[in-house]
Amino acid sequence: MFVNRERVKTYIRQTLEECVSIGVNSIFLVAIVSIFAGAVASIQIYHTLTSPLLGDFLVGYGVREMTILETAPTVMAIVFAARVGSSIAGQLGSMRISEQIDALEILGINTTSYLVLPKILASILTYPFLVIISAFLAIYSGLISSQFAVSVAPADYIYGLRHAFDPYSVYFAIYKSIVYAFLISSISAYRGFYISGGAVAIGKASTRAVTDSCIAILLADYILTQLLLHPSFKI
Amino acid sequence: MIEFQHISKAFDGKKVLDGVSGKFEQGKVNLIIGESGTGKSVLIKCIVGLIRPDQGSIAFDGRDFLNGSKDRTVGVRKEIGMLFQGGALFDSKNVEENVLFPLDMLTDMPQDAKLDRVNFCLQRVGLSNANKKMPNELSGGMQKRVGVARAIVNNSKYLFCDEPTSGLDAKTGLLIDELIQELTYEYDIATIVVTHDMDSIVSIGDYILFLHQGRKTWEGASADIFHVDVEALKDFLFASKLMRMAKPQA
Repeated sequence: MFVNRERVKTYIRQTLEECVSIGVNSIFLVAIVSIFAGAVASIQIYHTLTSPLLGDFLVGYGVREMTILETAPTVMAIVFAARVGSSIAGQLGSMRISEQIDALEILGINTTSYLVLPKILASILTYPFLVIISAFLAIYSGLISSQFAVSVAPADYIYGLRHAFDPYSVYFAIYKSIVYAFLISSISAYRGFYISGGAVAIGKASTRAVTDSCIAILLADYILTQLLLHPSFKI
Repeated sequence: MIEFQHISKAFDGKKVLDGVSGKFEQGKVNLIIGESGTGKSVLIKCIVGLIRPDQGSIAFDGRDFLNGSKDRTVGVRKEIGMLFQGGALFDSKNVEENVLFPLDMLTDMPQDAKLDRVNFCLQRVGLSNANKKMPNELSGGMQKRVGVARAIVNNSKYLFCDEPTSGLDAKTGLLIDELIQELTYEYDIATIVVTHDMDSIVSIGDYILFLHQGRKTWEGASADIFHVDVEALKDFLFASKLMRMAKPQA
């Protein structure tokens, strides 16, 4: 991927185009999922955890912890894999079947670096921003939902958000998002780039891309949580 | 001139090409013919470097293509144009961007000069007013013509065509054949066409290489092909009812 490269300008243009296709075009789906995830989480936490002894602030606290640690980076990664992973595998697979990749290779172009590298870079560049947007929307929708659905006072919710806040959890989410973005884009690109056959193969490659990405995300989630939350690994 | 010696290739232990040798000269339309599954497309893909042969050698104007340095291989590839069976146009780009692409990637020409060259090539293949059309808006014949324009835009010295007339009606196929022949003579290109289209064999083949079961069984000029006493070639040539009816009686 890193030998016989094209001009830097070409990669910048390709990466920017992929940032729009992969990142900007995913905002709507990520926003919808995040808004509902945050709203539902606040109601469930209210019914599960709050009591006259514990207080309503737990709703804000619970939504914050759940969102930053898992929902925004990991659950959104599954959504991202479904949307972007299948798209990458389908696009590259279709290019392979219709000989478009061969047409690039005939021109002496390093197809892996020209086609795959910008997708990986764009994923790594944009997914952390999607995670930040997701976390913000989920927490904000939790605030609105808890106020109108279960009558938690905004002040209590915001107190919960601030309660025992460790900024490291935000870094933790960002680190995870970078790893997930790399896994999703590289696995999906591999599945699409190396297919052979016809239209059925493209469908199978897309399915394998999503399935493998999801498994990789869950495995990476477990390993990263063990590593990054361990006191000796805290950066 | 392209010379290849003893090209062999096997997939999963099954030999597809078995020691095929040949020579394709500049300014000639060279045909590789044979039944489906005889290794025609594999041979052309070996020559252009899309598939690495198990053994053999390939040289473009004396430049070793298989064992040369990476720079030399890339240099040779930049002189190759290829028309694919399905056109292989980039479906996210319009006609103009498709033809412009090799110039964008391989040259430092100013944008105006590149666009002039693109327009000239599109005009040359008879598609002057299709610049902004997307590939899915074009007919099969038009897609092939855009493919030809893209293949020659970079002043290619070697033009490879993989079944250029497949999927086209006889009239459109003939137009594509004539276009390929005209460009070959006009720009002194070494053109290699993989085909099993009898019209192409009769009308444009300056040199013909017949493959049968992965081996070169006959080579020669199109004028001689109907007078050869090679059983496999006769079976191939007179497989269709129409050709049997037109066959000269002994």
